[in-house]
Amino acid sequence: MGRRNEGDMRIQTSALRSKDLLGIEPLTPEEITLILDTAEGFKEVSERPVKKVPALRGQLVINLFMEASTRTRVSFEIAEKRLSADTLGFSASGSSVEKGETLIDTAQNLMAMHPDMIVIRHKHPGAPKMLADLLPASIINAGDGAHEHPTQALLDAFTIRERLGRLAGVNVSIIGDISHSRVVRSNIHLLTKMKANVTLAAPPTLMPAEVERMGVRVVHSLDEALEGADVVMMLRVQIERQGKLSFPSLREYFNTFGLTPERLARARKDVVVMHPGPMNRGVEISSDVADGPYSVILEQVTNGVAVRMAVLYLLAGGHLTESQG
Amino acid sequence: MKTKKKLLDGARMRRAVRRMAIEIVERNRGTEDLLIIGIRSRGVPLAERIAQQIEEMEGEPVPVGILDITLYRDDLTTIAPQPVVKPTKLPQPIDDKIVVLIDDVLYTGRTVRAALDALIDFGRPKAVQLAVLIDRGHRELPIHADVVGKTVPTDRHEVIKVKLAEMDGEDEVLIQEQ
Repeated sequence: MGRRNEGDMRIQTSALRSKDLLGIEPLTPEEITLILDTAEGFKEVSERPVKKVPALRGQLVINLFMEASTRTRVSFEIAEKRLSADTLGFSASGSSVEKGETLIDTAQNLMAMHPDMIVIRHKHPGAPKMLADLLPASIINAGDGAHEHPTQALLDAFTIRERLGRLAGVNVSIIGDISHSRVVRSNIHLLTKMKANVTLAAPPTLMPAEVERMGVRVVHSLDEALEGADVVMMLRVQIERQGKLSFPSLREYFNTFGLTPERLARARKDVVVMHPGPMNRGVEISSDVADGPYSVILEQVTNGVAVRMAVLYLLAGGHLTESQG
Repeated sequence: MKTKKKLLDGARMRRAVRRMAIEIVERNRGTEDLLIIGIRSRGVPLAERIAQQIEEMEGEPVPVGILDITLYRDDLTTIAPQPVVKPTKLPQPIDDKIVVLIDDVLYTGRTVRAALDALIDFGRPKAVQLAVLIDRGHRELPIHADVVGKTVPTDRHEVIKVKLAEMDGEDEVLIQEQ
């Protein structure tokens, strides 16, 4: 089968250039398209009676989650299992990290067990990059501080493309805590690379200065952001930072930036409403919208598995090719 | 890549496909429980053509499916870049069906091995048969085709190039040399 003859599949020339997925910023539009196309193939696997393919058999994937995560960790684990990889979860609490081990030492100790890939979530931006430079394993960034969360942006793009058939020219409005969101940063990189039109809206205290430089439009009211939007992406208000809220109260936030059916009427009539989760119902989004006909929030979760399978699969191939020289 | 010989032109390919369709119907004594499944990529249009021939002969439509075997390959980590994964599409459950796998060229047998593994994950067919347009020899696994359009002795350094109108604009099979 290595011979090009039998089965004669169309060998696509593009592949991922890096052994790692550290962010959307370093990716080319072709690489993004390759990941999204590959994810389409994987979506079907999750609908089979036997939801498992042997593609990554014998490969060890370590999930290094140094910061709380349910959705992303579970999604990666399912993706790994559906590809037949061996997986091992490792979290900060109850581990040597609590005894004061540094990230580098933790990583080197894990590396001594020869993992093929490490999926890492860390509160410090750049932690995945540090591991990637240090270790031969493929590193996948599952969120680093306020820097990037590439697989979330990829699954968002996959969901938009599936719903609207394209990314170029689509009007995407992202609303909420722009300042603290790695999801936004990855999404802005991805959507602008793919020629979508991005509008950001947030209270002034949650909008970073000079964000327009990233090629986006900034508005300061929800209604302005909703006008003509094809896609509305609501961000989570980080209630756990309640002590240092950047606005007077949650009720006040809901009244000015909360998405309700009445306000959503300003958007295009077949608007797509997204949320990366976990949601605060009644803060950034009303239940009527979250559970309403325009919401694709649960589709995003389903698509997350397919997109992560695609990333794991593509990195597994690219990495080994590299080591062949 | 230089072409050494044209093995089949459009008319001869058409006859080969019709012969394959007849053989499939005869060995199964009709079309009951038949499910034709093309292996991506060139097995897919071939499967459709064979199903159409069978329908013309028997007056009954035969269900056709598509199998993507990329994720079952044994050389995933050694080929680069990887083929793009595409969905498998089966029109109905394969349990208790007679599945006829269709591919363009049978060579090492590894594609068919992968296809069998992929298929088994979808259920338990009553039987699985293999029909290929070209059998070029050099098997590396104990696999043989039940129905063959044309058997061609080849050298390992030769390449069999199957072109199909649906994908390549014309129907022909060439022997090429690298």
